[in-house]
Amino acid sequence: MGEPDSTAGKIQDKPCPERPLGRLLRQSYKKQTHVQLYLPIADIPVNIFLILAMGAAVGFVSGMFGIGGGFLMTPLLIFVGIAPAVAVASVASHIAASSFSGAISYWRRRAIDPVLALVLLSGGSLGTALGVWTFTLLRSLGQLDLMIAMSYVILLTTVGGLMFWEGLRALLRARRGGPVTTRRPGSHVWIHGLPLKMRFKRSKIYLSIIPVVVIGLVIGFIGAVMGIGGGFILVPLLIYVLRVPTSTVIGTSMVLTLVTMVFATMLHAVTNHLVDAVLALILMVGGVTGAQFGARAGQKIRGEHLRLLLGLLVLAVGVRFAVELVIRPEDLFTIRETGGGG
Amino acid sequence: MTARLLILAVLALGAVLAAPPAQAERLIVSVSNHRVTVTPNYSGEELVLFGSVEKDATTPPGRNYDLVVTVAGPRADMVTRRKERRFGIWINTDSRQFLKVPTYLALFSNRPFDAIASPEVQRRQQLGLNNVLLTQRVGPDYADVVPDDAFRSAFVRLRKQHGLYREETSAVTFLTPTLFRTGIPLPAEVPIGTYSVEIKLFADGALVAKTDSAFEIVKVGFEQFVATTARQNGFVYGLVTAFMALMTGWMASIVFRKD
Repeated sequence: MGEPDSTAGKIQDKPCPERPLGRLLRQSYKKQTHVQLYLPIADIPVNIFLILAMGAAVGFVSGMFGIGGGFLMTPLLIFVGIAPAVAVASVASHIAASSFSGAISYWRRRAIDPVLALVLLSGGSLGTALGVWTFTLLRSLGQLDLMIAMSYVILLTTVGGLMFWEGLRALLRARRGGPVTTRRPGSHVWIHGLPLKMRFKRSKIYLSIIPVVVIGLVIGFIGAVMGIGGGFILVPLLIYVLRVPTSTVIGTSMVLTLVTMVFATMLHAVTNHLVDAVLALILMVGGVTGAQFGARAGQKIRGEHLRLLLGLLVLAVGVRFAVELVIRPEDLFTIRETGGGG
Repeated sequence: MTARLLILAVLALGAVLAAPPAQAERLIVSVSNHRVTVTPNYSGEELVLFGSVEKDATTPPGRNYDLVVTVAGPRADMVTRRKERRFGIWINTDSRQFLKVPTYLALFSNRPFDAIASPEVQRRQQLGLNNVLLTQRVGPDYADVVPDDAFRSAFVRLRKQHGLYREETSAVTFLTPTLFRTGIPLPAEVPIGTYSVEIKLFADGALVAKTDSAFEIVKVGFEQFVATTARQNGFVYGLVTAFMALMTGWMASIVFRKD
């Protein structure tokens, strides 16, 4: 019985099956055992400062671009070694916190259209319920991890590619000295010919509630399945498809994100018992703090640069998932507990 | 009189039944800690199992003992899935279900199992990870398969990588010819529940004595509270989490208020 910590070394020096980041996580808490925290639902010990730093980093990015940041947070947690299902469910509450603090400040500035938000929400709630139901179904079929990865690849590469392209074109236009107009397609598309029209006073628009409900539904659905707020898809949709003015678009989208994510947290907690409150709290604290600094940094960067950067970021996460799917995994076998037993 | 005869008969019968593994030795063991608590900063632990071989008058002199300790954690059903390349991406295709298998399994001995007993005895006494019974659902049947079956070996290998299945044939040390000790390492992600410890004493390739012990691993404090609430009161847990999210967001908006 040599030095006092020989036991701990013996246990942890076993080869770790996790990905490199997971290994890093483990090594870091090996050195500083006092900062590690055991996550009750994820069932693994993590370095509290690492998770806090991740929350702050994602918060910074989300504050900078005015998005929820779920599409970054969920993958990061997965890469660190937290089960995708737990990551998706816990990030929902993290996004709820950050969008709530955002929504409050937008509300003070009267930059929220309450009527539009309500109509979006009617679709959003239904979409979230459908999403959580699908999530449960896929989980029982053993294909949840694959579906999460696949939807990330498809959604992020498409949206990221489009944003990047848009940003690049705007930048080139600016270079050539042309007017930097944010394109708002003026053509009256079929969407504006739909029935059930309604006037949204604060946004000063008059349009059918059908596309509004459908957009809410889609965002709610993908939010619940993928663990993202969906702000980065919702905002362009509201601007380009519904032609919501920029004055109310971010605030209103935050209200939708807030309510769907609170709803998703509840449903994930009730049906799948996968929400890790301890993990969520650390992420929230890091996230809301980082967001404040991000927002300040964001104001110093030009709009088209910002969009270009965001596009690149979204694209990069999508490509990262694609690579993971295409290359031969390190291990072809996986184990999962299916309950039962005693 | 009849009563006394009956008792004698029962005793005799008991002696006959217990005789084959020869009652010449008795095992006395103790685990260093019968209740391991998983606290928020739990990072793995090692228990120590101490024991001694008690001989009596009938013990043949000069016997060499071998000892095998089997520690089995709470049982659970598990699925092992295999990925295959379909349409250019790797997806889960085939899977095999393991029924009520130990979530933690450790086999320790003082020397290689081959040196302790014959393959037949090894199989019967489940010595070594290759011989432990891991029931699988194979179609409509429940059975264990050959040790080199792809799913079984992958299952054991993955559990080993996590430190949850282990086999060490030099872990048991005899401090004196009859006094032994072994460590039971528990990794950080150790499953919660009751663990059974089975100690088997071998001499000349045959089982001569056997005893059991147990310990439990429990989550305590806040940990335990959060985990049970999440499972049993999903609704309240969800409400509290959602409320916590709103409070955090609200606090942030106050702390960082710009206007």
